[in-house]
Amino acid sequence: MNGHPANTLLEPDENMALDTAVLLDTMAQAVIANAAELTELDSAIGDADHGLNMKRGFEAVLAERANILARPLPGAIEAMGYTLVMKIGGASGPLYGTLFMTLGKELNAQPTVADLGRSLIVAGAAVSSRGKADIGSKTILDVLLPVSMHIASGKATIASVRKLAATCAKATIPMKALRGRASFLGERSIGHMDPGARSCEILIDAVCDALGGMQ
Amino acid sequence: MKKNVGIVIVSHSLDVAKGTADMVRKMVGTAIPLAFCGGNADGTLGTSIENILAAIDEAWSDRGVAILVDLGGAETNSEMAVEMLPENRRSKVVVCNAPIVEGAIMAATEAWGGASLHDVKRTAEELSPQ
Repeated sequence: MNGHPANTLLEPDENMALDTAVLLDTMAQAVIANAAELTELDSAIGDADHGLNMKRGFEAVLAERANILARPLPGAIEAMGYTLVMKIGGASGPLYGTLFMTLGKELNAQPTVADLGRSLIVAGAAVSSRGKADIGSKTILDVLLPVSMHIASGKATIASVRKLAATCAKATIPMKALRGRASFLGERSIGHMDPGARSCEILIDAVCDALGGMQ
Repeated sequence: MKKNVGIVIVSHSLDVAKGTADMVRKMVGTAIPLAFCGGNADGTLGTSIENILAAIDEAWSDRGVAILVDLGGAETNSEMAVEMLPENRRSKVVVCNAPIVEGAIMAATEAWGGASLHDVKRTAEELSPQ
C-alpha cells in the first residue's frame, strides 16, 4: 500500500502490505519529534512526563529494532508493545503496551483493512479494560476507539482517518478527566487537550505517513 | 516453605518505597517476605514492570504475595506484571486497593499471623472506601 492516495477509500479486503521497518521508524520518529509538546500538554494537567516517557519507550524500540524486525509483522508489533511496557515507566507503558501487544496477537500475517479494523477494536477494548476507562474519560481511548471503528466501517480514507484523529484529540479539550492523574484536578482539567489522546493522534498520523498518504 | 504471605511495595519514588518497607520491618518485623521497588533507572519518578517482577520474585511465598501501590501507573504496571507471571504463580498475587503506607503496615501485620492472601488483602483494603 506504499503511496496509497490520501483520498481513496481503504477497501476492506485490500491488503495493507505494511512495511514493518517503515512503520516502526515512522512511529518512533514521530513520537520522539513531538515529545516536547506531549510533555508540555502533560505539565498542564498531569505530571509533565508523558513526552519523556513515550520518548524513552520509542528510543528503546529503536534500540531493539533489529530484534523486533526479525519477526513477521504481527510478532514485531507484539515485541514493540513488550518493549514499551518494559521501558516507558509511566501509566502509558501498560496502556500502549497492551495496545500493541493485543494488536500483534490479533493481526494476520498479511492484514487487510478489515483485519486491521477488527484487530484495532479488540486492542482498544483491551486498553479500555487495562485502564478501567471508556470513551469520554479524557484519555487515549477518545482517539483510539472512534478511529478503530472508522477503519472497521469500511468507509475510511487515509485523509479521513487523520482528520478524525485530530478532531477527537481536540474534543478532549472541554472534557473533564475521569481517569489518570488529570482526574485529581476535577473541573480544572477542563480546557486542556489530553496528552494521551494527542500521542495517540501522533501515532495514527505516523501510521498514515507509513501507508504513503503523506501530507 | 515460607509460612507467611509476602508483601511487595511499588511506588513512583524509590525513597517512598524504601521508607515504607523500612516502616514495615521496624513495626512488624522480619518474619514476612518483603520487597520494594520504585522510580525509573534514570532517577525520575515512575514504576517499572521489570522491577515489579523482580520484587515479586524476591518476596515470593507459596502462600501468595500482596502488592501495595501508590498512584495510577504503579497500579496498572503491577496488574500487568501479575499477568506476565508464570501460570502457576499468577493466581497467588494480588494488587491491594489501599493507601500504600498504611496498607503495607496493615497487610504485613495480618500476614505476620499466618493469614491467607485473601485475608491480608481484605485487611489492607479496610482503609479504602468501597
